[in-house]
Amino acid sequence: MTYFFQQALNVIQLGSIYALIALGYTMVYGILTMINFAHGDLFMVGAFVCFMAAAWLGLPFVPALMLSMFAIALLGVVIERLAYKPLRQAPRVSAIITALGVGLFLENFTLALSPYPKQIPPLMANQVWHFGGVAVSSLQLLIIALSLALMFMLDFIVRRTMLGMAMRAISCDRATAPLMGVPVDRVISITFAIGAGLGGAAGTLYALAYPVIDPYMGVMVGWKAFISAVVGGIGSIRGAMIGGFILGAVEIMTAALLPSTYRDLISFALLLVLLIFRPYGILGKPHTQKV
Amino acid sequence: MTMLQIERLTHRFGGLCAVQDFNLNLAAGELVGIIGPNGAGKTTVFNLITGIYRPASGSIRFKGKELAGKTSNAIASKGIARTFQNIRLFKDLSVLDNVRIAHYAQTRYSALEALLHAGRYRAEERRVRESAMLLLKTFRLEKHTHEYARNLPYGLQRRLEMARALAIRPALMLLDEPAAGMNPREIKELMDYIMWIRGQFELTILLIEHRMRLVMGICERIKVLDFGATIAEGRPDEVRNNPLVLEAYLGNEAER
Amino acid sequence: MRRETKVRQRVRIHKCMRFLRNRTIAAGIAERLLGPMRRLCKACGIFSRGGGANAGDRPSLWGWIFSCRWTAVVLLALGFAASFAIPRFNLVNPYYQLILMYVCINIILAISLNLVNGYMGEFSVGHAGFMAVGAYVSAILTVKVLPAGLGQVMFPLAVAAGGAVAALVGLVVAIPSFKTRGDYLAIVTLAFNMIVKSLFENIDAVGGPRGLLGISKLTTLPWVFVWTILSVWIIRNFVYSRFGRGVLSIREDEIASDMMSVNTRHVKMLAFVVSSFFAGVAGALYAHLMQFINPRMFDILKSTDILVMVYLGGIGSIAGSILGASIYTVLLEALRPLGIWRMVFMPLVLVLVMIFRPRGIMGFREFRLFMRREDYEDRPLPAPPIASQDGGEAPT
Repeated sequence: MTYFFQQALNVIQLGSIYALIALGYTMVYGILTMINFAHGDLFMVGAFVCFMAAAWLGLPFVPALMLSMFAIALLGVVIERLAYKPLRQAPRVSAIITALGVGLFLENFTLALSPYPKQIPPLMANQVWHFGGVAVSSLQLLIIALSLALMFMLDFIVRRTMLGMAMRAISCDRATAPLMGVPVDRVISITFAIGAGLGGAAGTLYALAYPVIDPYMGVMVGWKAFISAVVGGIGSIRGAMIGGFILGAVEIMTAALLPSTYRDLISFALLLVLLIFRPYGILGKPHTQKV
Repeated sequence: MTMLQIERLTHRFGGLCAVQDFNLNLAAGELVGIIGPNGAGKTTVFNLITGIYRPASGSIRFKGKELAGKTSNAIASKGIARTFQNIRLFKDLSVLDNVRIAHYAQTRYSALEALLHAGRYRAEERRVRESAMLLLKTFRLEKHTHEYARNLPYGLQRRLEMARALAIRPALMLLDEPAAGMNPREIKELMDYIMWIRGQFELTILLIEHRMRLVMGICERIKVLDFGATIAEGRPDEVRNNPLVLEAYLGNEAER
Repeated sequence: MRRETKVRQRVRIHKCMRFLRNRTIAAGIAERLLGPMRRLCKACGIFSRGGGANAGDRPSLWGWIFSCRWTAVVLLALGFAASFAIPRFNLVNPYYQLILMYVCINIILAISLNLVNGYMGEFSVGHAGFMAVGAYVSAILTVKVLPAGLGQVMFPLAVAAGGAVAALVGLVVAIPSFKTRGDYLAIVTLAFNMIVKSLFENIDAVGGPRGLLGISKLTTLPWVFVWTILSVWIIRNFVYSRFGRGVLSIREDEIASDMMSVNTRHVKMLAFVVSSFFAGVAGALYAHLMQFINPRMFDILKSTDILVMVYLGGIGSIAGSILGASIYTVLLEALRPLGIWRMVFMPLVLVLVMIFRPRGIMGFREFRLFMRREDYEDRPLPAPPIASQDGGEAPT
């Protein structure tokens, strides 16, 4: 039983990081129907910014997190303006391939600047409490609390504010939204900023949990987060959160029950099975074509 | 000979009954129109016939054979062609290719022959091309053979869609609002066209239309749908004076 | 004096900024630079829009050469002779030979992926998975199953077997494509790629994560050449057959395509089978060129590489894939002195190509060499046969 709780805690920790990244995918998808394949690499750059803040500037946790989120949000907007905006009218795949190119650029650029994996210095004292045999570290609690807070904030923004309404309007009909006075370009930029900022936060939190970072760490985590966004139903914010937790659960569970080399195999196979039964994800709506 | 026989066809979207107990008998060579206000379930009937939707109940028989449960392409290759309300051409392909694609089911060569450029491939390809060019010529589209379908003016796109549908050598043609977006002169032309292809290609035609002038002008029989149910049926002049039809279109006396 | 240069510099920077800011100006300049080249090509009759021809093209010597039936044959014969002569007499240095072989293998990969992604308009991101299947199957055959002496002789069979097994796997991946499209199919292929990779990592008989070693070097220039030509020829045939047109119509509008009697399931399956067959072939050739394989060689980064080649060269174009694969491979090798920075440079090139030419360099265009003769050349049509259809023209 304690083992179960221990694992459940791990699931929530990993799941919330996946969910944070998946949110970035799903937000951009929802508004532009474009898969931002560079997002996993934004997450990676976020971890590196956190490293710079901690190792070079000696910042404590909160400023480092803020810096990382801000820097990645800015980077996201710059990428959107330079690389994606010219392709709004182009075929959808062109934008996706551009995103892939931007992702490769970020990876290799980071690799060129820092060829070796980096170890992040501990940003805060880590305390471990025991609750009836279940070890809970303050780090875990922090990661979970922070990501949950960010997710609720996002959900609030999208559902309750004018900005969120503008986002939903654009995702419904990008051609009509500007006629109703929605500043499309600005809202899209803000969406990118929020999505990327969440990615940066995820990078920082991930770096706290697994302090060795390298330029290719975003590839695998990014693809996995993308898969969790799809499993949840891409374009749906709550779906992305659920998908993230499902993926985390599947991964931790297979790792606990089987040799760790089977982790990817089983988790991807399970996700495929899930997609066969719910082809549009858990919360996704099937987009029917009108004939 | 009965071309198409539909019995007690019913279809629902969620709780909404889109088509209810729809019956229709089409004899070979007939030209029948379906009219009705927006949302009456006209296009749904077409989608049921062509296999896009599975009917909830009822039967559709084409030349005596049951169609329900067959895939769209199987139904099409049996000889039912259709056009669409909003033109659905293959926009980024050439006019010629649009028509050639519709020859798919009648082309007799296997995948292996295609991959190796062997056997019946060449002869069949030549035949398809000639047949496609002939169709383009009859529809006066030969000047545009190599243009992208996207670049044709609206009227020609409608004509191309008809040529493409005829390329599958149908016995039954379903026209979904062929006059949408046309002015009165063009509608006159279209009526001539429809009459002409019917004779020329020996077609049975079922058409959906809003424009009373077209429907009353060429249809031999008319069915009126409202909220999925058939409210009237008969010759144009009968339908025109049917009080139920007037009510469906114009509202009843009290509301007016 | 000094001040003046500074001012000038400032002006230049300003101009640069404006250039970057205003993409339309940049596009205009690019147009101005590319324009004469394009006109030249047009005059030579090298280019044609896919599936159509510009009726106004004047016949020219180059046009004639490029559309002549014998050109392809002569080129083929010359190429084949060269592919024998080069390694035999060491005409170019072995390093270049190696690059040439990489280019050819990448051409096979790019063309086969283009079939699904470009012509059919799907987004498959797991091409390296099929490559892995082909590589492993063929390597197991030559290393473990076939006796050592027979390896040489049976090599083409081993390659074909690799392709065939990959094609079978492709058939399985095609099944989800009946129901889902777009991003969901992308996920299926992505997951497939990762599953294949981790499957091979977990089979100890093929070396697990360490990989399979001791594969003999059976891939030679003539073999690579033959397989490349074969793949180009077969995929070209496919594209210009009824199945190829079916593939195109699925990209344009699947429902309409079904209504026009195209058996969409059949066509999709065929496209996946042909595509994965050649991916498997490329994998087999790659395995016997590298002489060792491990699962990490076929991960998602490899798939990304192939994607880049396809979209760089241009979707829906055989010439594009050949161009894309060649440019990508050669440029990466040529920029080797830059070290890791070449990997920074290449994605930038990709992004710029995408911005200025969203469909890639040759998107939906084709060299006449790869087109069917009657598709660009308007022959006078034979007199229409007298049939029931031939009752004069429609009323106007």
